[in-house]
Amino acid sequence: MTPTRDQALAMLRSMIRIRRLEERCAEDYAAGKIRGFLHLYIGEEAIAAGIIPALAAKDAIVGTYREHGHALLRGVAAEQIMAEMYGKSGGCARGRGGSMHLFSREHRFYGGHAIVGGGLPISLGIALADKVRGTGAITCVFFGDGAVAEGEFHESMNLAALWKLPVLFVCENNQYAMGTALVREHAEPELYKLAASHRVGAERIDGMDVVAVAEAAGQAVERVRETAAPWFIECSTYRFRAHSMFDPELYRDKAEVELWKQRDPITLLVKRMAGVVTEADIAAIESGADDEIARACAFAEASPLEPVAELLRDVRASGEGT
Amino acid sequence: MKLSYRTAMREALREALRADARVVLIGEDIGKYGGTYAVTLGLLDEFGPERVRDAPLSESTFVGAGIGAAIAGLKPIVEIMTVNFSLLALDQIVNGAAALRHMSGGQLEVPLVIRMATGAGRQVAAQHSHSLENWYAHVPGLRVVAPATVADARGMLATALRERDPVVIFEHVQLYNREEELADPAPAVDLDRAAIRRPGRDATIITYGGSLPCSLAAATKLAERGIDAEVIDLRSLRPLDEATLVASVSRTHRAVLVDEGWRTGSLAGEVAALLGERAFWELDAPIGRVCSAEVPIPYAKHLEVAALPSAEAVVAAVEAVIA
Repeated sequence: MTPTRDQALAMLRSMIRIRRLEERCAEDYAAGKIRGFLHLYIGEEAIAAGIIPALAAKDAIVGTYREHGHALLRGVAAEQIMAEMYGKSGGCARGRGGSMHLFSREHRFYGGHAIVGGGLPISLGIALADKVRGTGAITCVFFGDGAVAEGEFHESMNLAALWKLPVLFVCENNQYAMGTALVREHAEPELYKLAASHRVGAERIDGMDVVAVAEAAGQAVERVRETAAPWFIECSTYRFRAHSMFDPELYRDKAEVELWKQRDPITLLVKRMAGVVTEADIAAIESGADDEIARACAFAEASPLEPVAELLRDVRASGEGT
Repeated sequence: MKLSYRTAMREALREALRADARVVLIGEDIGKYGGTYAVTLGLLDEFGPERVRDAPLSESTFVGAGIGAAIAGLKPIVEIMTVNFSLLALDQIVNGAAALRHMSGGQLEVPLVIRMATGAGRQVAAQHSHSLENWYAHVPGLRVVAPATVADARGMLATALRERDPVVIFEHVQLYNREEELADPAPAVDLDRAAIRRPGRDATIITYGGSLPCSLAAATKLAERGIDAEVIDLRSLRPLDEATLVASVSRTHRAVLVDEGWRTGSLAGEVAALLGERAFWELDAPIGRVCSAEVPIPYAKHLEVAALPSAEAVVAAVEAVIA
């Protein structure tokens, strides 16, 4: 498929918005404005940019702790995302979650889960509820190659296939579970085969090629919606940055990182669309993204801290949970 | 009418399924098999496989699916065979169900009920017999209840289903066959208050769940010896009804806690600390505890019995705080 100019610009805008947001996150982390763990998605943007626009507003999303980009593309305001990372009351979780726990009920963006594999069972339940209630919505769950080693992955594939649940599984295989390389963690490194062994329809695609991701996503979303059965997409990708801000990257060669950077999803798309997408287009997108992020950071700076008197709110609805 | 604890629980489930189309049951062998302890017997035939869902052996995942379903608008009731098996789902319960409302800044709600069998006494040894209620009672975001009577088995579920947050219900395996007279219709049950099961003046025995019968038996024996013991059933293990406990001890000035959990880190320890903080000057004697021996529950009958709280041990503990 060759995207139209408008399609290409939309995909480029998605990826650049994530890239710029996260570059700013890294700066703000160095400046001490963001603390805790911060996991950057830089290098993997083509996946969220290809998958999320293929979903309908009524569909649900479950993400991991590397989910800033997913939240942003789903429509969660950059203001709320940055304020959450700054730990402010204007954040989407009122400063309770931070970088790893972004949520927006309004957008059916159900986290933000930092127990590897833990979002998978939850995604099945959301899909079950939509199936029982006949909403026609599907659930899209993102997870990494590390999650595939967890028991919950296999349990979830089995249950989704057995109960015929409308779940789109998106495996973001960035080749490392934190610092453990794929082949050191998986006896079967072709992860999509593990899903297929549970009789979940599965495919593997180039996760650096946003056009390929978007094409697969469009077909998969349609298939899951029509059959109300699960589907699995393994996206081969690579994170350009460290696992988190505390990671000295002792486990991989710089040459390997450089090799993958030659397949930067943004550059790949720009090259592919040479002559259709111009330097001026890119500059306009970058400038728009920078403005959006500057506004978000200004909002986050100005947002007040949650009063300590509110510490115990939202433990239980009735307030007696403590 | 006379009802068993098991039947009362089943009637409560049937009522919930009839009353609310959002209610679904999920668990291992709850359908075709009829439930490990036969609580759900007949419900699959009556309500069908969409609402009574046999799950594969994957505690973490079917509990997690219950969480997701609750978030997205259903009212799932998940059964876990025993508290020992619930450890496979502890991550989903503690890191998920209990935390999601807070971690999402109040955006998500998890109105999930988790039922599980607990406790010893059936010679099923160390992987089916433990009492880990205190593990769950430790966690903010969870509500933990233990029906100890047929009336509570019948009524607690409906009250739990009105909560907008997760509730864990512990059903002691030794209670399932107990029968009691129950009014028809069964009375509504309040989850907030501990119950004084036997009023008394000389000492307060505080217990819950499967230890209620042995505590009441101990009170009867003590009465024969001229000691009038009050017996309090906690009912809610989190939060604790502090007011009822403090008021009772303020009248009797002596307290003995009976808890099938191991003593170290037990709920009994928590209640003792609470009484130390809030009723210290009311106490005329140190607080007594009767807990399970610090051993994985053994198989052989005489060893299992020796490991568990008994009426005799409760009598001795009360006599010790009165002497």
